[in-house]
Amino acid sequence: MAETTTHVAEPTRRDFLYIATGAAAVVGGATLVWPFVQSLAPDAATVAAGAPVEVDLTPIAEGQIVKVFWRGKLIFIRHRTAEEIKAAEDVNVASLRDPQADSARVKEGKAQWLIVYGNCTHLGCVPLGQQGEYHGWFCPCHGSVFDTSGRVRGGPAPINLPIPPYTFASDTKIVIGQEVTA
Amino acid sequence: MSQHPTTYVPKSAFGKWFESRLPIAGLVHSSFIAFPVPRNLTYFWTFGAILAFMLVAQIVTGVFLAMYYTPNAGMAFQSVEHIMRDVNYGWLIRYLHANGASMFFVAVYIHIFRNFYYGSYKAPREVLYILGVVIFILMMATAFMGYVLPWGQMSFWGATVITNLFSAIPLVGETIVSYLWGGYSVGNPTLNRFFSLHYLLPFMIAGVVILHIWALHVPGQNNPTGIPIKSGKDAVPFTPYATIKDIFAVVVFMIFFAYWVFYMPNYLGHADNYIPANPAVTPSHIVPEWYFLPFYAILRAIPDKLGGVIAMGAAIVIWVFMPWLDTSKVRSTAYRPLYKQFFWIFVIVCFLLGWLGSRPAEGWYVIASQICTAYYFAHFLIVLPVLGFVERPLPLPNSILESVMGVQKGGAGIPAGANAEPHSKG
Repeated sequence: MAETTTHVAEPTRRDFLYIATGAAAVVGGATLVWPFVQSLAPDAATVAAGAPVEVDLTPIAEGQIVKVFWRGKLIFIRHRTAEEIKAAEDVNVASLRDPQADSARVKEGKAQWLIVYGNCTHLGCVPLGQQGEYHGWFCPCHGSVFDTSGRVRGGPAPINLPIPPYTFASDTKIVIGQEVTA
Repeated sequence: MSQHPTTYVPKSAFGKWFESRLPIAGLVHSSFIAFPVPRNLTYFWTFGAILAFMLVAQIVTGVFLAMYYTPNAGMAFQSVEHIMRDVNYGWLIRYLHANGASMFFVAVYIHIFRNFYYGSYKAPREVLYILGVVIFILMMATAFMGYVLPWGQMSFWGATVITNLFSAIPLVGETIVSYLWGGYSVGNPTLNRFFSLHYLLPFMIAGVVILHIWALHVPGQNNPTGIPIKSGKDAVPFTPYATIKDIFAVVVFMIFFAYWVFYMPNYLGHADNYIPANPAVTPSHIVPEWYFLPFYAILRAIPDKLGGVIAMGAAIVIWVFMPWLDTSKVRSTAYRPLYKQFFWIFVIVCFLLGWLGSRPAEGWYVIASQICTAYYFAHFLIVLPVLGFVERPLPLPNSILESVMGVQKGGAGIPAGANAEPHSKG
């Protein structure tokens, strides 16, 4: 083969064919990766299981934290006491690592209900309720401290406990996974 | 291997016919029979063989466990108990596999620190050494995923914490994590893919091990003096000398292994892992397996999520650069009086980090972890480069033979000061 090909300075039709074939192989190979990577993403059944869930708030006593699951993720529903609300509101927001007012973390007029994801924003452990310096949550894994608004106040967690999408269907019922308000 | 022309000559007609078609007998002969090994190797050089044995042992026990195990979030825990209680000798196979992982790491850490002490990572063995680092990283991934499979509390929360490390990556972190999980949290899809990968990775390790051994057989083995083989008198043939010594070392190591398996099979595990996974409750004190503790301590020492993850990754990746960070031309620490002290300080710091990783992240433990982490990196980034310039090494022996037999009187035929490094031996 090598003996039959003579070297020429000008690109030839053969050079073009080599490059075109090589490029097609590379692009084709790269394209083939897509379905395999995509198959690792949450599948249709998992996404479907993320349909909104209704939670009845009536049995949750004041001061109590209830754990529910939505999309396989743990969610805390905390019925806050008046002191806990006051403690959450009486904070210099600017001094926080992830500054956010308590009013931005609850629905208007429903300050007693705090609904947050239940996994520490550091590495995903479940923080323990009513513990730590601010009596919000304390994560036993790496020592992150959260206040009664679920905001990070100490330890390695970078951000506050996020708020899942939810809406009040009635005064005593929330729908988690549904953001729109009628 | 290609560097050592085989002296193998097939005797039978079939042997000749086969060898001319697939020269595998010649390859084995030149690599594992006639291959010259330094005559002064100590038992620290048997850990390669011990590790090869452990890899095979883990694959064999693992293949059998996979016959009885069910990789499903609802059934995994029960199937492990089924292995322990119902499967004939299931308890033995599982304890061999679980403790085998720990033994594998005991052996690999001795192997790695032997390499650090005798400068085996230096030229011309850089590629050999880097392949070893790759094997170590694959081992860590395999061990982590294996620990998830019983689907106990430590399995579940270990998986949660380790996969969440990737969420520290800016912008794409959360997406990467959901792709690792196959869901919005650690769940059945996660368990399924971990099982698949836990079965795959050991064979990838085996592949890299072949490259590791191949790369070893090009320059040949390092030895306690760090000076290369210069004449046939410096070496002995691999078989019987290394073969029998390796087998003896493996047997002794198996006694050590058996002690754990038969007398304290759960000592290296965590009682929490006998509680089925519960996504609503995290164990009060979450710690990884002992072999990850120094790296875990480094992760926690940095009071910033992304910083901690980077530091932990860097703690291993920095090994790759060691052949270039170490500026000393002398391989063996036996001839480096100053480095010898720093080496042992480094060993102590690594043990300290391991211990700190097992403590809760509070009070002075955090400070101590930070000091040890700083020293860990200083060892690579300051001590190794600087010592090569300021240290005055002890005189090296002229040959391996001289180092073991004493200086030969009169006309031993070994030219004194022959420091040129031949790349072939014999």
